[in-house]
Amino acid sequence: MNDTSTGNGAHGLMAEFETPDELLAAAQKTYGEGYRRLDAYSPLPVHGLGAAIGFPQTNIAVISFICGVIGGLAGFALQYWVHMIEYPINIGGRPHFSGPMFIPVTFETTILFAAVGTVVALIVLNRLPQPYHPVFNVPEFERASQDRFFLCVESTDPQYETEGTRSFLQSLGPVKVSEVEA
Amino acid sequence: MIEEIQRHSEALAPRFDGYRRRALAIGLIGIAATVFGYLTDHQQFFESYLLGFTYWVCMPVGCLGVLMIHHLGGGRWGFAIRRMLEAGASTMPVMFILGLPILAGMHDLFPWTHTEAVANDEVLTHKLPYLNSTFFIIRYVAYFAIWTAMAMLLTRWSVQQDQTQETWPTRRMQILSGPGIVLLSLLGTFAGTDWLMSLEPHWFSTIFCAIYILGMALMTWAFMTLVGVPLSKHQPLDVLLTNERLRDLGTMMLGFVMLWAYTSFSQLLIIWSGNLPEEITWYYTRLQGGWLYLGYALIGFHFAVPFLLLLSSRVKSHLRILIVVASGLMFMRLVDLYWITAPAFRDHDGGVLQSVALTPHWLDLAAPIGLGGIWVFFFFGQLKKRPLVPSNDPRFDYGALAAEAQEHGHHG
Repeated sequence: MNDTSTGNGAHGLMAEFETPDELLAAAQKTYGEGYRRLDAYSPLPVHGLGAAIGFPQTNIAVISFICGVIGGLAGFALQYWVHMIEYPINIGGRPHFSGPMFIPVTFETTILFAAVGTVVALIVLNRLPQPYHPVFNVPEFERASQDRFFLCVESTDPQYETEGTRSFLQSLGPVKVSEVEA
Repeated sequence: MIEEIQRHSEALAPRFDGYRRRALAIGLIGIAATVFGYLTDHQQFFESYLLGFTYWVCMPVGCLGVLMIHHLGGGRWGFAIRRMLEAGASTMPVMFILGLPILAGMHDLFPWTHTEAVANDEVLTHKLPYLNSTFFIIRYVAYFAIWTAMAMLLTRWSVQQDQTQETWPTRRMQILSGPGIVLLSLLGTFAGTDWLMSLEPHWFSTIFCAIYILGMALMTWAFMTLVGVPLSKHQPLDVLLTNERLRDLGTMMLGFVMLWAYTSFSQLLIIWSGNLPEEITWYYTRLQGGWLYLGYALIGFHFAVPFLLLLSSRVKSHLRILIVVASGLMFMRLVDLYWITAPAFRDHDGGVLQSVALTPHWLDLAAPIGLGGIWVFFFFGQLKKRPLVPSNDPRFDYGALAAEAQEHGHHG
């Protein structure tokens, strides 16, 4: 046990709950108490949990959209360049610039760029790959992917204070509150 | 709870009566104008009337289809709009009667009714067993008979479910909806072939009627949005038709806008790249002069603009934008049908590459407005008849929802 009350050295405090509803209620109360550096871990999606811990709206949709637009333009430009400039060829008497025929490939490249862009953005925004994360130092945490629900208050929170935060989390009725080593 | 829903629903009756009065007034003015048009120009009257009929018949049939999708799939959006869908489907007999002038005007509309022309045309002679006046009328009656029967059964069981805790009515609605949706697609295919595709009897496209059927569903989502937004501010639908549910309707519109674009473009791509004389004439006429610009307008306002607006969940949570998009789509459905039907009358011989002028007639607006007013009048008449929220459905508990909303209301 360390005796500093500022939580130096620890990643934070983690409360363990048995049901998603308990986790959601606890998250709402903790946020309501003024804590902002929160994270919640659940084996299944919990509706409203993101909003409860104040998780910001990500701009992943905007990234997908922009990647899609770039993909569409690139696909169309590629075909224009091939059919009009680099290698114009008479295909069944159709015009070199065959607008409708360009659409399927344009559509495909739109999807391709949007999908790849989204996956890459997802990895980057989630700061992956991340070989080490402190929450795994808590032995119980392995059940976060099975049947337990965790709420972690991180020590970087301005309001974080080891004993005070611990007793606050205890008041939420968790199974256990553990300190997470950094 | 049922009494409460009943009470809240009845409280809305004056509002519905207000809508009905206005719709009836608009409808009667439109019909009067259309009748005047009949006296001045027979041919144009039937052309515009067919446009109005093929447009508004989409509403009851589309409502029936979406109702069946709801019974099969569940989901809270469906419970929120079920009574509106039932009201829409219940107007089927009205559309049957409103469509009778089409039968009277067959000879002015459909080239395959011209006996001497058909006799000289080998292709049309071959199509005679299907495309003949008697069978056309029989089919018209059959479509409406089956549609009406399915609509009546679903509506009656839904009312019976309101009155019993047992679940058999819901079970029956689900059992009917499975085969029902298959039957509905088949009937829609035949009806689209009869009323729209056979205007140019030499031309054929296998995806054409799918476009028409998807358009019916799209119109239904748009109309549900237009009716749903004002109702969402009043009991009993306020707790059910929340902003999230209205956004669901927007998502459905997005999906069907994409489906419409996908099927419409597929038809263009296949026919354009095939470039066969018996197919390409249809597009040739429609991609000349003013019709081409109308085609661009369809790409822009039937696809691109609503697609981009509905794509973002942030944008479509603004009810005002949702209303604008829904109204725009309702109008663009009419433009699409105009683009499909009107050139056919100016190119009656078919099979010939021909440019025709884009010359809209005031009747092309008067007839759809007249028919629309009448239809909306009957729609709200039906909507008034039953409580606005279904009760006792085993998959849905309005009481719990209302209690939860009340609790949240106290917190907020």
